[in-house]
Amino acid sequence: MLVEALALSALLFTIGVIGVLTRRNAIMIFMCVELMLNAVNLSFVALSKLYGAAGQVFVVFTMTVAAAEAAVGLAIIIAIFRHQRTVNLQNINLLKG
Amino acid sequence: MNPALIPEGAHPLATTVARLVWLLPLLPLLGFLINGTLAMLGAAKIGPADPSADNGHGHGEAHGHGDAHAHADHGHDDHGHPPRHKFAKIVSLVGPGVLVAAFGLAVAIFAAMRGVDMEHPYVLTLFSWMPVGDLNLNATILLDPLSMVMVMVITGVGMLIHIFSVGYMQDDPGYPRYFAYLNLFVFFMLILVLGGSYPLLFVGWEGVGLCSYLLIGFWFSEKANADAGKKAFIVNRIGDFGFLVAMFLMFANLGTLDILGVAEKAAELPMGGVIATAIALFLFVGCTGKSAQIPLYVWLPDAMAGPTPVSALIHAATMVTAGVYLVARASGIFSMAPVAQLTVAAVGAATAFFAATIGLKQWDIKKVLAYSTVSQLGYMFIGVGVGAYVAGVFHLVTHAFFKALLFLGSGSVIYVMHAAYHATHNHDDAQDMRNMGGMKTYMPITFYLMWTATLAIAGIPLFSGFFSKDEILASVFARAHHSTLAEASLLGIPGSTLLMIVYGLGLASALLTAIYMTRMMLYTFHGPNRTGEAERPHLKEAPWIMTGPLVVLAILAAFGGWLNVPALLDAIGPVGGLEHFLEPVVGANALRTTLGEAPHLSHSTEYVLVGTAILIAVVGITFAVLRLKPAALVAKKDSPAATGFDRVLENKYFVDEGYDAAIVQPTVNVSRAVLWKGFDAGIIDGLFVNGSALLARAFGWMGSQLQTGQVGTYAWVLLIGVITLLGAFTFR
Repeated sequence: MLVEALALSALLFTIGVIGVLTRRNAIMIFMCVELMLNAVNLSFVALSKLYGAAGQVFVVFTMTVAAAEAAVGLAIIIAIFRHQRTVNLQNINLLKG
Repeated sequence: MNPALIPEGAHPLATTVARLVWLLPLLPLLGFLINGTLAMLGAAKIGPADPSADNGHGHGEAHGHGDAHAHADHGHDDHGHPPRHKFAKIVSLVGPGVLVAAFGLAVAIFAAMRGVDMEHPYVLTLFSWMPVGDLNLNATILLDPLSMVMVMVITGVGMLIHIFSVGYMQDDPGYPRYFAYLNLFVFFMLILVLGGSYPLLFVGWEGVGLCSYLLIGFWFSEKANADAGKKAFIVNRIGDFGFLVAMFLMFANLGTLDILGVAEKAAELPMGGVIATAIALFLFVGCTGKSAQIPLYVWLPDAMAGPTPVSALIHAATMVTAGVYLVARASGIFSMAPVAQLTVAAVGAATAFFAATIGLKQWDIKKVLAYSTVSQLGYMFIGVGVGAYVAGVFHLVTHAFFKALLFLGSGSVIYVMHAAYHATHNHDDAQDMRNMGGMKTYMPITFYLMWTATLAIAGIPLFSGFFSKDEILASVFARAHHSTLAEASLLGIPGSTLLMIVYGLGLASALLTAIYMTRMMLYTFHGPNRTGEAERPHLKEAPWIMTGPLVVLAILAAFGGWLNVPALLDAIGPVGGLEHFLEPVVGANALRTTLGEAPHLSHSTEYVLVGTAILIAVVGITFAVLRLKPAALVAKKDSPAATGFDRVLENKYFVDEGYDAAIVQPTVNVSRAVLWKGFDAGIIDGLFVNGSALLARAFGWMGSQLQTGQVGTYAWVLLIGVITLLGAFTFR
């Protein structure tokens, strides 16, 4: 079971990474980031079988932080949208050198 | 180290007042510190004249601004007396006071020295100065008859000139600064003549150069004065380079820089060897700068931009004779190098004659005296050049008397001329002899005193200049016939021929000296007055504080010859006082090159020589009196421009112009094109300063290009970085 769980975790993480790299829409990138977070959560849970309950505890923390992060992130995206009338990250490049 | 040197405490002078000799330079230094402090304290508080404060003074007051016509502090609508400096009273006491004290001490030391056997010099070690490897230099004071003579001249004549300055400079806003510089000068001059090693002598040598620069440019608000100061400083640096090279050569070849040590080691060098010749010639390069000989004499006439007492003290009596002192001091080396000696004599003779011809046609009274000084310095170098060190130093002493008198006398004339022009707001030249004339009516005392000095410098018998000049010429004549110099040769010219040419030039210069000095006196004091109707009532004798020192100097100029009466005239006094006094210092060296076993000149020859000299002086003065017509002269503004050879002489053979075209302008151009535009602007500013800025900007630009603003790009970079790191840790 452990191997399958870790394989799924790796798969989900990779999907998340590819999503972050290829998507242009801020919402989509944000959801892919969440996917990566949850892939990591999955590996925490799976590995807690080997290393004790610490992994489970970490997952609870991660989810809490992720929830807060989701709230802040969405708020920023909405603010950007109000300002720029788009959430396409290619158009949001004010900080270039 | 030096067997000639007996231990410090064992010297007979060690128990006398001479052990206080270190106080000599310290006294003027103290004066410098006090006056300098006062100058700085007072500088900020000198404002423009308060018109309500000096209403009572009116027009007639004399002003002490001397040569500075357009001095910033007295514009021409300022009728009254400029305010004296608030510290003028203290400065008038301290400035000349330290010199009086120093002179008193010098006299006491001199008296002590007369009472003991001075076969060995008295060396006083003050402190260890430069203990570096093989070089172990102590700051030592070398007191021997030669430095004693110089100290007496410096403090004595210096004291008189300081007193004169009180009158001459009293109304100058820079009064304390003036005395600070003058005191500092005396300090360095005493270091120069008392220094026991060449480096210490060099410290004094440079110090007097600095003071000369400061005092030439004393009225620096006028560009010409500041430029004259710079010229003097730069020309002197060229000479000092020679002095430095000579010191390097001494240390490299003789292993010591001590004056006595060098003299001792030099005696072991081969006669006429390349080392002695090189050292002597490089030392002489230094002398040509400091003592204004061809080719470096050009700064001295320009140095007349300074206050006239400065010209008297620094540029006539003391500093410019430092070169003569140096040759006499290094006589041990020079007498080993006949070629160098012949060079010195030849350059001296050429300078004496050349400067005398220029002096014939100068209109500025101080310029006449300046060229006269250059010419007389040439005489001194003839003397020390042929190994007649006593004669050279003797002429140095008498020249200090009569030339200081001439300069101070001309200073008095300029002072009243300037005061007269100032009172009537006339901007004519107060120093041009064409604007003077008939001054004997207005300044009778100065008139007689100046004639005394003129007769002395012209070589009229029994005046001081006669003795010293005649002794130099006789020495040259004697050495032309029998001496090591006569057997040596310079540039293929046999020494005997060269020395006869030197003798001829010396005679010719004596003739010219008599002519130009008489001309100066005729144009200044005789004939009708050309100053101007309005100014005439303002012409009057200068105050006694200025005339008093002149009287003392006149007595010295008249009777200074008795310091060293020639054997020929044993009827008039004790023979050869100075010669006996200086015997321990230069006697042996002089004999080495000179007459050897041969007898001195026969008396009949000497009578002929003396007769020739007298004849020449009389002919010169008579010629000038008969030929020159002061009555025909008109004021400067009405005078036509000179033509022909007169023009060449009036413009000093265009030497300054030639130097300007040959040396100054190329230097300026090369400096501008290569050093400024090329190196400074191009390499330093362009490559280093702007280049490094450009480099930083280029790197910054490259870094900024990484910041695209695209979050996706950053994510890719992050991913690649993570994979690289993971890979690196995994497959390590």
